[in-house]
Amino acid sequence: MNVPEFLFFFFTLLAAVTAVAIVFSKNVFKSALFLLCCLLSIAALYVLSFAEFLAVTQILIYAGGILVIIIFGIMLTTRISGKPLVVQNTNIVSGIIAGAGLLIVLVRYLPSVKPVSNNPALSAESIGVIGLTVFTGYSLPFEIAGLLLLIALVGAAVITSHLKSKA
Amino acid sequence: MEPSHYMLYLAAFLFCTGLVIVIVKRNAIMVLLGIELMLNASNLNLVAFNQWHSQALAGHVFALFVIIVAVCEAAVGLAIVVRVYRYFHSSAPDEIAELKG
Repeated sequence: MNVPEFLFFFFTLLAAVTAVAIVFSKNVFKSALFLLCCLLSIAALYVLSFAEFLAVTQILIYAGGILVIIIFGIMLTTRISGKPLVVQNTNIVSGIIAGAGLLIVLVRYLPSVKPVSNNPALSAESIGVIGLTVFTGYSLPFEIAGLLLLIALVGAAVITSHLKSKA
Repeated sequence: MEPSHYMLYLAAFLFCTGLVIVIVKRNAIMVLLGIELMLNASNLNLVAFNQWHSQALAGHVFALFVIIVAVCEAAVGLAIVVRVYRYFHSSAPDEIAELKG
């Protein structure tokens, strides 16, 4: 087993273990840190499958953005009451049935997925190709995504503001 | 089996774990964590399938848009959670049943 294969299986195992740890963790903050670990190992898997741009985006946006937002949310919804961060579980049986059922179905049919055309993976110039692809063929979705981000920004600011409605 | 197949299995496992988190946990922030995990599983699928058609890179671009939508969802979702917490003094999704018939 060479080094990339070992790293691939290591990060696969790390992502799976930290995802399970989120389920069993009672503490919201610890769950957020487990999710951070899981997201970083997924970014490592992106690097190992020649998706460097996506890996950098994953680290910047998920580890730098979403996790910070989530930790702010945890602080804002627990500091007021002063209660500890313990989370109870509910609907355990139905949750396990739904998750295990979907997992069984997916694992049952995944071996029948076959590669259509097994091309060699791209070389280091894939970032340039991604730039060309996004700004030529996908320029309209890119603009719409920017508009969506603006709307989400304004919406989040309005929802959390203290302004009373006029009506 | 090649590595992209293992990525598909990992994505299936992560998606099911996220589903269990969404159903089981009694905290709205934990539910958001589960949704993020499910979106990441779908991104992992997109990257794994893109390895089989690596000339096009459409999978990477689509995963990029999925990340953008996930950011919007997290921002608006956490804003709603904070607002609901201020109003009901609770962040458990089960306890907020104002619209229940």
